[in-house]
Amino acid sequence: MMKGNRQTNSKGQLKHFLSIDGLKRDLLVEILNNAESFTSLARQGRSVKKVPLLRGKTITNLFFESSTRTRTTFELAAKRLSADVLNLNISTSATSKGESLLDTLHNLEAMHCDMFVVRHASSGAAHFIAKHCAPHISVINAGDGSHSHPTQAMLDMLTIRQHKGDFTPLRVAIVGDILHSRVARSQVLALNTLGVSEVRVIAPRTLLPFDARALGVHVYHDLIEGISDVDVVIMLRLQKERMSGALLPTEAEYFKLYGLTEEKLKHAKEDVIVMHPGPINRGVEMDSAVADGKHSVILEQVSNGIAVRMAIMSMCLGTHQDADMEDTV
Amino acid sequence: MTAQSPSISIINGRLIDPANSIDEVTDIHISQGKVLAIGEKPSGFEAEQMIDARDKVVCPGLVDLSARLREPGLEFKATIGSETRAAAKAGITTMICPPDTDPVIDTPAVMELIRSKAKQSAFARVLCTAAISKKLEGKELSEMAELAEAGCVGVSNAYKPLGNTLIERRALEYASTFGIKVFLKAEDRHLRNQGCVHEGIIASRLGLPGFPEAAETVAVARDIALAESTGATLHFQRISTAKSVRKINRARHDGILLSMDVAAHQLHLTEMDADGFNTACHVDPPLRTLRDREVLRQAVANGDIQAICSDHQPHEPDAKEHPFPDSEPGISALETLLPLTLKLVQEKVMSLPEALHRLTAGPADIAGLPYGRLDAASSADICIFDPEAHWILNEDNLLSQGKNSPFINWEFTGQVTHTLFEGRITYQLDEST
Repeated sequence: MMKGNRQTNSKGQLKHFLSIDGLKRDLLVEILNNAESFTSLARQGRSVKKVPLLRGKTITNLFFESSTRTRTTFELAAKRLSADVLNLNISTSATSKGESLLDTLHNLEAMHCDMFVVRHASSGAAHFIAKHCAPHISVINAGDGSHSHPTQAMLDMLTIRQHKGDFTPLRVAIVGDILHSRVARSQVLALNTLGVSEVRVIAPRTLLPFDARALGVHVYHDLIEGISDVDVVIMLRLQKERMSGALLPTEAEYFKLYGLTEEKLKHAKEDVIVMHPGPINRGVEMDSAVADGKHSVILEQVSNGIAVRMAIMSMCLGTHQDADMEDTV
Repeated sequence: MTAQSPSISIINGRLIDPANSIDEVTDIHISQGKVLAIGEKPSGFEAEQMIDARDKVVCPGLVDLSARLREPGLEFKATIGSETRAAAKAGITTMICPPDTDPVIDTPAVMELIRSKAKQSAFARVLCTAAISKKLEGKELSEMAELAEAGCVGVSNAYKPLGNTLIERRALEYASTFGIKVFLKAEDRHLRNQGCVHEGIIASRLGLPGFPEAAETVAVARDIALAESTGATLHFQRISTAKSVRKINRARHDGILLSMDVAAHQLHLTEMDADGFNTACHVDPPLRTLRDREVLRQAVANGDIQAICSDHQPHEPDAKEHPFPDSEPGISALETLLPLTLKLVQEKVMSLPEALHRLTAGPADIAGLPYGRLDAASSADICIFDPEAHWILNEDNLLSQGKNSPFINWEFTGQVTHTLFEGRITYQLDEST
């Protein structure tokens, strides 16, 4: 567990949500349970999707790195909890590095925000903000450098649980750019905390971190070998800049070696599910036939994203959804 | 100078002068800023001042091969005035300042500016290595011969890798023409890339850009090859990996003229200390593995590493108040140089005289300086410390303008009680507190 983790209060309740590291299994299960009740709320087809849990609270989306999708789901989650939402996109290039970070923070504190949802290009930025902001403010990490993207990992866990039920017998393979992936780091921690039987990572050595096994995974360089008999395949997005950095020769070679096709997928279990944090590069990470095929649960991941973020936001602000679910707005 | 320096006798202390293999309880007598005699008081000499050093260690003032004083250019971090005072408190009497000031030390004029500021402050001797290339850009050679004549102890790339191997070769050839020593930080900037922590388990776990061991060892191998072919005398600064030590030792065995130093913090901290995004432990080169630390300790103990430096880098508080990769590297380290080295003695890594050698004659010999020793007629630069005194480092007792130390709240044994620079008492511990 990382030193200086400050996510839970003395009662073990969530205060910030910065990383999966150091969080107990019970707490992850509680997040999944709360998120599940939010999804069933939506599924019941209620015309009004809002609950008043965070009425009167102000949530600021503090995005130092551009992202439409993640920001939108956080915004929707906050609005469904009846919070007021402020969106701030701060280009890091516009201001001198980081200097603006503390300044921005103190300015926003003065506006009486209750929660910061932070995305930043530097690993550790969310921890930094949690350490420096006023004590009444909760911080949710929406992605920091290559370090952590814990809400994405939790929505993936929810999707897996909906399909597989029990985590313990599962074999999960994560394919692609593990080295630069904050999503993969968080998924590995979440899967191991929830007690799956095996986590595998599959990538060429240029896309693996130093001593990847120490993260608690089995390392494979061959896709077919790595996905043999797995229950879940998680494909990671490949950034274009990996080619210019000489980490890979071409997208074509990557697809040939690591791209998921229906043919290759036959080596996994029959009821395997295929996941991807999006947006997909079709023909790079996977074939369209796989992305749109019967094993794909990619669109479910997107809708689960809102429920998981509602659960985490309400838990961090100390208002669990079972407080008064019947109250409509 | 001589006018204000009284004659002093320091009596009853355990005098350790590693350069002359002296380690005995004896007296030392100082007159006109110079060492007059060790042992018996010379006939006719009457000290105006006596320092009773009973139960204390008396040794040469420390020589620090790498201390950034931030002046000129970065006075908001520290000044020559503030840092020479801190040096006096730390028992350091000679500091060598790397050339990456603003402007860069690539002309005698900048050297003169630093020298005159240090003279004004008069708490310690401030020397410098001059830039090996103009503005440290690695494109054109600096006027090395003129800089050497003006008194630089050598030329250096500071923190900036030269980048171009041809320029490096020519710089070494030119420097060796005039017998100028070259001080290099070994780094391959392409391999380093954006690296800010050791490429190891912490980098993997925290998703921080890794600074691989090879970024240092590849540069060490290249620099050794160029030293061999040019005949230049090279000193490797702030070596951080076990493999570099092995490479340098092997090359020395082959007769290549090489030396190396290590920063004191590398002998105590490891990559694990940067966990939790601890920016106080953001240093360059990064903290390495426990194995590296053990090999570095052994190399210091057996003398393969002849000098321990502070690698002092004082910062304003804001410099560390950023997410880890955006924070500035470095430790405010003058005042922990001796305590951390004494810790090695307490941990039985080496004897006290050996440890003091790495802080006095070791670095002085590398820099070709007549300091760090108590020969008769040498400058009376002396450090007196109480080897049994316990104290705790905190921001209030840290005299440097930079409070950025990962050793805040560490308990140390061994505390400087007096520092003499050119025969004058420049620091005296208030023992009533």
